[in-house]
Amino acid sequence: MQTLLLVYLVSAFFPFLFRRKLLKFIPFFLAFVHLGSFSFFLSKVKWIADGNVLSETVAWVPQLGINFDLVLNGLSLAFALLITGTGVLVFLYAHAYMKSYKNLSVFYFYLFLFSAAMLGLVLSGNLIQLFVFWELTSYLSFLLISFFHEKETARNAAFQSLFLTGFGGLVMLGGILLLGSVIGSYSVSDWVNQSGLLKSHQFYLPGVVLIFVGVFTKSAQFPFHFWLPGAMQAPTPVSSYLHSATMVKAGIFMLALLSPVLGGTPLWTYTLSMTGAITMFLGAYFAITQTDIKAILAYTTISSLGVLVLLLGIDTALSVKAAMLFLYVHAFYKAALFMIAGFIDKKTGTRDWRNLGGLARSMPVTFVFALLASLSMAGLPPMLGFLGKELIYEAKVQSPVIAPYVLVLGVAGNALMITVALFFLYKVFLGKPKNQVEIKVKTDWAYIIGPGLLALLSLFFGLFPAVLGETIIEPALISILERDYNVELKLWHGFNTVFFLSLFTVSLGFILFYVVSRNDSVLEKWRAFNQRIFSVRFVDVFNSILKGFLDFSKRKTELVQHGYHRFYILTIFLVASIFLWYQVYVTIGWNLENIFTLRPFYVSRLVLVIILSTIFSVVSKSRMATIISMGVVGYGIALLFMYYSAIDLAITQIIVETLILVMFVLILQRLPLFARLSSRTSRIRDFFIALSFGSAMTVLALKSINVNFNHPISDYMIENSYTNAFGQNVVNVILVDFRALDTLGEVTVLVVAALGVYVLLKTRKT
Amino acid sequence: MNSVILQVASKHVRWILVLFALIALYRGHNFPGGGFIGGLLVGLSVVFYSLAYDAQKAKQSLKIQPEGYIALGLLFILVSILPGLFLKQYFMAGIWTSIHIPFLGEIKLGTPFLFDIGVFFAVIGVTLISFFTFSNITKWK
Repeated sequence: MQTLLLVYLVSAFFPFLFRRKLLKFIPFFLAFVHLGSFSFFLSKVKWIADGNVLSETVAWVPQLGINFDLVLNGLSLAFALLITGTGVLVFLYAHAYMKSYKNLSVFYFYLFLFSAAMLGLVLSGNLIQLFVFWELTSYLSFLLISFFHEKETARNAAFQSLFLTGFGGLVMLGGILLLGSVIGSYSVSDWVNQSGLLKSHQFYLPGVVLIFVGVFTKSAQFPFHFWLPGAMQAPTPVSSYLHSATMVKAGIFMLALLSPVLGGTPLWTYTLSMTGAITMFLGAYFAITQTDIKAILAYTTISSLGVLVLLLGIDTALSVKAAMLFLYVHAFYKAALFMIAGFIDKKTGTRDWRNLGGLARSMPVTFVFALLASLSMAGLPPMLGFLGKELIYEAKVQSPVIAPYVLVLGVAGNALMITVALFFLYKVFLGKPKNQVEIKVKTDWAYIIGPGLLALLSLFFGLFPAVLGETIIEPALISILERDYNVELKLWHGFNTVFFLSLFTVSLGFILFYVVSRNDSVLEKWRAFNQRIFSVRFVDVFNSILKGFLDFSKRKTELVQHGYHRFYILTIFLVASIFLWYQVYVTIGWNLENIFTLRPFYVSRLVLVIILSTIFSVVSKSRMATIISMGVVGYGIALLFMYYSAIDLAITQIIVETLILVMFVLILQRLPLFARLSSRTSRIRDFFIALSFGSAMTVLALKSINVNFNHPISDYMIENSYTNAFGQNVVNVILVDFRALDTLGEVTVLVVAALGVYVLLKTRKT
Repeated sequence: MNSVILQVASKHVRWILVLFALIALYRGHNFPGGGFIGGLLVGLSVVFYSLAYDAQKAKQSLKIQPEGYIALGLLFILVSILPGLFLKQYFMAGIWTSIHIPFLGEIKLGTPFLFDIGVFFAVIGVTLISFFTFSNITKWK
């Protein structure tokens, strides 16, 4: 599997190898890679169904217990098949859809890299690794949504989705680290083994809540759902691949992965089922009043993701089974419908259903596929969607904890889904043709093969559900539930509660459809009504929160980074002298006797000269005199170094002093005449700060002689300088060998400072 | 400034300073000296030259521009710290070898020396960049 991921990574760069003429073969090649890995996973189906697990480990950061684990079990296989299978179709579809756009290599690069990241995510056996892939998918989603980056709406939507999913991912990382610290490992299998410990630990509540935030943002759950409709700015292949079939399912995968570890508690059950139920209803409710067909599909996707979260929240064997089945149901019909919507957009130039109608006549084949997919979405027999809906009802009815209102929300949501599906079909394909801009592109087989295959699969698995149930759903269920479970899927369940519930839903949906489709004004009024009662628009709330945050950080930055150089220095000196004085205060011991031995006499004279010229430099009114007297101080110190036989230091000091002097003189000419600008109070304040800092340094220097460590490090340096580092000059050996890392840091600082000088003075307009 | 004496002197003193810097660099490992001091000395030589003429002329007389010195220095440092990572398994480990050169005898060469050369060039570059930028805003007459 490592090889597989490597192949994906390498193939992702493939698009850049081709010149313009050969560009159209890229999607075929990438689809072929997908097909290859799809058949690889398909070949493992039997083996996995027998109860085997394929796992590989590469040491990554073994010191922290983080390895690159790849695990292929029933659950990851189910997702991997979905990713690679739809991948093949999406790339074929993209071949037709993206033909006329620029920057195709970049587009295919992003899209294929996304497939690799998504595959890595579902194969992760380690949560840190999973997080890395998780963030990668968020990031690539951002790049893909903003692919038409010359449109402002696309940029905004992309930023919004990145902000939300990236934020959620970070929050989730916090949860993972919190729970991982309890166990001391990030491997999923370790978590599963110690699930009891986790559930009883005090970190369980915060950890689970943090992970939920990550899942909810990624899988577009209420109240984070609003980024998904915005993401429809992306090219349609992206919408059908990332934002319906795979990426938004990452949250579902996370829940399924962790449900044996964290599931089964009231927190898990109630939070997930509540959030899921609300999202399910709201998604379907908002879908019906949309006019853009892609937006309709986006809202129904939100609704379906709500269903999945709800089912995983109920957390019974039956509900998990329903979730896994519905995962496939949804991927089949939604990806197909997205592709069809994109095709309609291409063909007619509009995505607004109010301008569409009667397309069945001009696009008969597409109509058949759309019919199949919509029936599956509505949950009508004999499609796979019917099976999914029945199972969901069964899970809800038999659930031990679920409250009746979830069932009510479920029925209402499903009825709305039926209405939406029928409405979509009716308005776009039937009815009388509008004066639309007809037929912009000629029908390309590549447009139809993807949705066609998916729609036919919905039908096929609806008729022969056992094929899907035994091969894919069952192993996935076994790895989630951690026990054997026999999956039997049938189309016909007999006359029971579930059937009547279903019947009731369908009739409700049909009645609603009848009301809505009779008269367009009903929908118009409904839309207006919605806008009035839902005055809180989540996008606006999000934007205002973001703006508030930016304002806050701007104000905070302006407070700290005010741009007054003298205040920076003032702050540094003040803080440093406070700490220095404190340290001097707590360190006990003075021994001044053998310090003041200023013999021979020329040393004491030298000190006197230094002190005098320091005083002179402070009181002098001429800049030149100040600088020269500071030079005297510097050379005097160099002489002192010389006397104490620190030759290296002395040489350096002299050269540096000379250079500084020359540079000062250079600048001096440009400065205005000497003037007193600061007020008396501020000068007094500066005086005290300078006095405090200077005397602190003095006291520190005096005191440092008394602080004797048991083994001065210099002994080690002197001993090993020649034997280990082949140098007799200890100072130099320290600089370039023992403490070379420090020197490296200093060189870096120097270079950065030089660049800073260069930039600051060059950009000045003089 | 237009002092003929200074101008003539600076031409010669400049190369003496550079020679001196190279000696400081070479003997740095065993005696006082080293890359930092050497670099500063080379910088000083250019400063001296530009005091006698002007900064523009000094800049033109350079074979390598200051930015190039910085790049060269960082390159040497990079070359010096990588072998340790691969040969001794940890970053910046010193690798030594000794070669025999006629007249000079046995010479021990190691990555720390390369590192010192890197510091030498980087310091030259930093000094010159600062100096030239300062002198550019104040035309030396």
